[in-house]
Amino acid sequence: MTEKTINLEINGRAYQSREGKTILEAAREAGIQIPTLCHSDALEDVGACRLCVVEITHDDWKGWKGLVTACLYPVEEGLEVTTDNAEVQRARKTVLDLLLARCPTSDVIRRLAAEYGVTQTSYKPSDLKTTCILCGLCVRVCEAKGASAIGTAGRGIQKRIAIPFKQPPPDCIGCASCAHICPTNTIKFEDKDGVRKIWGHTFEMVRCTACGQPIMPEVQMEFEAKRSGLSPEYFTICPDCSQAKTVETLGKAFDLESAETRSSS
Amino acid sequence: MRLSNTKSLNELAKTIRTEHKKVQTAILVCAGTGCLANGSLEVAKSLEKTIKRRKLDVKLHLAVKKTGCHGFCEKGPLVVIQPGEIFYKGVTPADVKEIVERTLLKGEIVERLLYKDPATKQRIEKYSSIPFYSKQQRIALRNIGKIVPGDIEDYIAHDGYQALAKVLDGMAPGDVIESITTSGLRGRGGGGFPTGRKWRTCANAKSNGDGDDTIRYVLCNADEGDPGAFMDRSICEGDPHAVIEGMIIGAYAVGAHEGYIYVRDEYPLAVQHLGLALNQARQRGLLGEDILGSGFSYDIHIARGGGAFVCGESSALMKSVAGEVGEPRAKYVHSVIRGLHDCPTVLNNVETWANVPWILLNGADAFAALGTPKSTGTKAFSLVGKVKNTGLVEVPMGITLREIIYDIGGGIIRDRPFKGVQTGGPSGGCLPESKLDLPVDFDSLTEVGSMMGSGGMIVMDDRTCMVDVARYFLKFLVDESCGKCVPCREGVYQLWQILEDVCHGEGRPGDLEKIEELSKVIVDASLCALGKSAPNPVLSTIKYFREEYEAHISAHKCQAGVCKDLFTFVISEEACTGCGACLRACPVDCITGAKKKLHTIEIDKCTRCGACRNVCRFDAVEVV
Repeated sequence: MTEKTINLEINGRAYQSREGKTILEAAREAGIQIPTLCHSDALEDVGACRLCVVEITHDDWKGWKGLVTACLYPVEEGLEVTTDNAEVQRARKTVLDLLLARCPTSDVIRRLAAEYGVTQTSYKPSDLKTTCILCGLCVRVCEAKGASAIGTAGRGIQKRIAIPFKQPPPDCIGCASCAHICPTNTIKFEDKDGVRKIWGHTFEMVRCTACGQPIMPEVQMEFEAKRSGLSPEYFTICPDCSQAKTVETLGKAFDLESAETRSSS
Repeated sequence: MRLSNTKSLNELAKTIRTEHKKVQTAILVCAGTGCLANGSLEVAKSLEKTIKRRKLDVKLHLAVKKTGCHGFCEKGPLVVIQPGEIFYKGVTPADVKEIVERTLLKGEIVERLLYKDPATKQRIEKYSSIPFYSKQQRIALRNIGKIVPGDIEDYIAHDGYQALAKVLDGMAPGDVIESITTSGLRGRGGGGFPTGRKWRTCANAKSNGDGDDTIRYVLCNADEGDPGAFMDRSICEGDPHAVIEGMIIGAYAVGAHEGYIYVRDEYPLAVQHLGLALNQARQRGLLGEDILGSGFSYDIHIARGGGAFVCGESSALMKSVAGEVGEPRAKYVHSVIRGLHDCPTVLNNVETWANVPWILLNGADAFAALGTPKSTGTKAFSLVGKVKNTGLVEVPMGITLREIIYDIGGGIIRDRPFKGVQTGGPSGGCLPESKLDLPVDFDSLTEVGSMMGSGGMIVMDDRTCMVDVARYFLKFLVDESCGKCVPCREGVYQLWQILEDVCHGEGRPGDLEKIEELSKVIVDASLCALGKSAPNPVLSTIKYFREEYEAHISAHKCQAGVCKDLFTFVISEEACTGCGACLRACPVDCITGAKKKLHTIEIDKCTRCGACRNVCRFDAVEVV
């Protein structure tokens, strides 16, 4: 099925996108930057951080305009988007000001807030002592991975990223995707001597059969093998060695081929 | 017995009515939550026992009916005797003997149990002559207080399922939608969206894009969560079949075959009565497969909510029904197109559904003739706060706030000055005296910065601090925000923090501007309606009671005598009669004074609890 082309205007210039795309996707394809904190190209968007707000209006809307999150709003024919004006700036600035009050020690938030002119929060700094902005990327990536080991607990200001009953989550495979995707580096893990520590677990790592470097936790390997239907051995070689092996195999094939070409000529 | 067609329903209705006619006197004991808490069940038991012992049921054909909420909760337990509409209030088991002896056997009235009109000081005998009831017009609450909620036959005897029969007997789904559209019915849950338009959008919606256009859902929102609101609760408890009948009609109109009632688990009686009613309807062939032999099938399940306020928001409710965390999603694609399990879904609240059978049976025009042109019909309110007649009321749209508060509500307790009325729950606003003559309808309330909401109405007197009220509602929303998006989670929390400071005398110049600035972003950038409307209580109080905020911030004074750090009590030399009431009421013994001499308060010991002020009949305890 071919997707319908959608004509829209971003910051006064005409662009084309396709049905089903979001404003964020359309803008990025057009080379227009919109800041985000809770977005990942690999995951479903939820619109939690509100940093990507843009102003939209339409000829048919009788002058109505308003802020929407670019990561969720689908492009539509004739839509007029403004990615950066006083209203948008004000909303983003307030969002960052609020996040700075929540996470005064987060470097990422401090840097972003400073870009919007906020060097010190105008609100009461939180005593939560956290750098977690509750973007939920960790929970979403864990779900996408198929493990669903972590979730959220509580509501409102009490909400937190949580593990069941405060115990090492039984479904955690130790992949550390949550730590890698965390925009504020709040989730920590440690790899040392062939052992990974995360969420209270201690995982034995599988070592590369070629170079001996630790690759991933054994539990994760079993999980990946089961999910993909591939043999566990497939995962026992590290990406570097795998690449080297591929080069070697291809090289041999190429040598062989050139030898054959030479002999036939 | 399963009813195989509409004819058998009509025959059954006729049989039940003939049977009911044999009862010469019906004693309707209110078994709504308020009266139950006051012991109405003991009253009913005692009545039943006495009647049985004296075999009056055979002799006089008496029947005791435990009904839903009569509405006048302030005066419970309530007992109404029919025919005659004799209205007894505050009945206890000790009164039963007299009621039986005098009223049931001799036809006399027990004077002391009658309601006394505070205005005329007259005792009023008849239910419909009491001002609390006479100005009301009951459509959604039409059967409540008259029928036994757990008895489908009683509902059928009161025209129950007749609207459904009419619909299945010859109306096309499109005609049903047309009828609802013509009636002008708007959603009673708060948004006021035109119900007919919602149904039509759902009926025409393409399903979730997987090619299956056959799955649609029709749901009922019974997650009423506003502090002080109990309209939907009373309907579910007192007339569950009205909701179910409405839903079946809705399902027929949009082509749904499955639905849910999402009801708070904190409403045990509502859950119980809805469950009972669903089973009865199923047994009678009014719900489930092949309803009344029409070929149309629709069934309803109960989904019990865990008490999160946000789960009353449509998308969060649908997630919760599906077993996920009850968090809203952005509704750039409306839930009527992509709702439960991503299928087209109609969600209406309890009161909206309860109106539907009435409209189909009495005609859309009859409904549209009530109320105002843009807000047709009636609206149920729970009237609470500092008003004399606390209770559940249903009035035509367009009635003024003054009529509700003063004529139906009887005015302010102890005739104190009126200060404000909060409508629309935590997302609504507070309106001052100058707005008392405002007609109560969807658009008028929104225009002045409040909203209809689901129908909570909290009346406040001069001893209410509006900053404190705003702080209370914000705290409620801080606790109930789902925490998904930043403006609502962090922003409303910070708003509340500012008000905490203001109420503790730590407000700073510029706080009001800061509140207004932050509120604008919360309104503009929050994900769902909870966040978007969260600043309403504070914005509307700043709008109408700005000087009170300013007094808190610059003069560190709370004139209402609520914010304890910002006032002290003194006893006025002129007003004090030395009666000693305050002295006796003071829990910390900080009041001294001889009889008939001026009393004084030891400021250092005083905890500012206000007990002295509440008991003083001469308004001698003053706030400075």
